[in-house]
Amino acid sequence: MAIIDWTQHPPLIYTDYKSSLSRGPTQSPVDLTTLYGESSTLSIQEFDGSLVNRFTIGELDHDLIRNAQQGGYPLGKRMVVSGKVLDQAGRPQAGVLIEAWQANASGRYAHKVDQHDAPLDPNFLGVGRCVTDNYGCYRFYTIKPGAYPWKNHPNAWRPQHIHFSLVGESIADRLVTQMYFPGDPLLNYDPIFAAVPESAQDRLISTLDLGITEADYALGYKFDIVLAGAKATPIDAEQGA
Amino acid sequence: MKSSLPLTPSQTVGSFFTIGLSATENEGRLASPVSSQISGEGEVISVVGRVFDGNQELVPDALIEIWQADAMGSLSNQNFFGFARSHTGDNAEGKFAFRTVKPGPRSDTEAPCISVVVTMRGLLTQLYTRLYFSDESAANDKDQLLSRVPEARRDSLIAKCTEDDGERIYIFDICMQGDEETVFFHL
Ligand SMILES: [Fe+2]
Repeated sequence: MAIIDWTQHPPLIYTDYKSSLSRGPTQSPVDLTTLYGESSTLSIQEFDGSLVNRFTIGELDHDLIRNAQQGGYPLGKRMVVSGKVLDQAGRPQAGVLIEAWQANASGRYAHKVDQHDAPLDPNFLGVGRCVTDNYGCYRFYTIKPGAYPWKNHPNAWRPQHIHFSLVGESIADRLVTQMYFPGDPLLNYDPIFAAVPESAQDRLISTLDLGITEADYALGYKFDIVLAGAKATPIDAEQGA
Repeated sequence: MKSSLPLTPSQTVGSFFTIGLSATENEGRLASPVSSQISGEGEVISVVGRVFDGNQELVPDALIEIWQADAMGSLSNQNFFGFARSHTGDNAEGKFAFRTVKPGPRSDTEAPCISVVVTMRGLLTQLYTRLYFSDESAANDKDQLLSRVPEARRDSLIAKCTEDDGERIYIFDICMQGDEETVFFHL
């Protein structure tokens, strides 16, 4: 039986999300662990080896407020985004590479393909990276991203969000997701968010946290992330013993 | 699985991921530490491919990652890191491209293979597939996984070997839908 609980993730084709119609596979994924039989989950390549603590990042990579300045500060509301990366057993995941990217305060990406008619910010690239510490913690400094229009349906707007990519212990832990903000009314109209099973949607919404907030500098938002922890689950360990 | 915490759900990588996930964007500023090259002892090979959507059109914005053992079939070699990333917007032909070393088989019952992670705008959750090598047909025939994939779909997992200037190039096209839809796996 599959190690990862795929029912927590959105479906591969979701009618309201137009581009999934031609890009999501129509056949159900084949359960890899079933193909291997009962015996050898631990040695399956996707659960084996280690991808953590392999990356070196720059000193300011985690600080999007300062890492792309060209003589001034970026415009917008300063924020701290911080949290813990855990596996499903609650164990902190150290050495995880987190890559984040986002629109600027006006809702514009510093990307050549983004045609949204909102100003670029010369002092903001919207790109950051962290590696989690021994307690699984990470911390970004950034600017609150703006909502932006997209072409999915007439008058479609994405809620404010930050894109997150995590490279965890095994390749099976790989996660690409988006972090949202509490109380954003656009969440009610967003098919990408709506595609997440309802019981799991809250896990993508950060919480305002005064403990993370830095007085007189930046509001704090907490966003914890749970990876599959697919390598050596307790059950696997028992089977291997 | 004994678990107390539910998973964080996946979301699409979206349209603009290259600013955050590419090693070659942003004019060198804040480039990703994840490149499209894997280095180590063994035979140097290239892996290239295109991605097609359900209308048989090229997907110009797919993110592809690979994960593999070293030339001896080991995933625990501290001097080797078998993870790399490419995307189909990297060059004019809409191909992803990796330079790596050919992995060795991990056991007597397994053929050499590369794990492949596929994601793009339009995919709400990443997909896993595998790349096997067309010039390893004896090993492929006895591979315990490949032999259990329905025969009609097995070809979608086998990269075609070509040669250029003595270096092997493996072509691995990925079809999201249609008659030749690639086999994807749940882990
Ligand atoms: Fe976005």
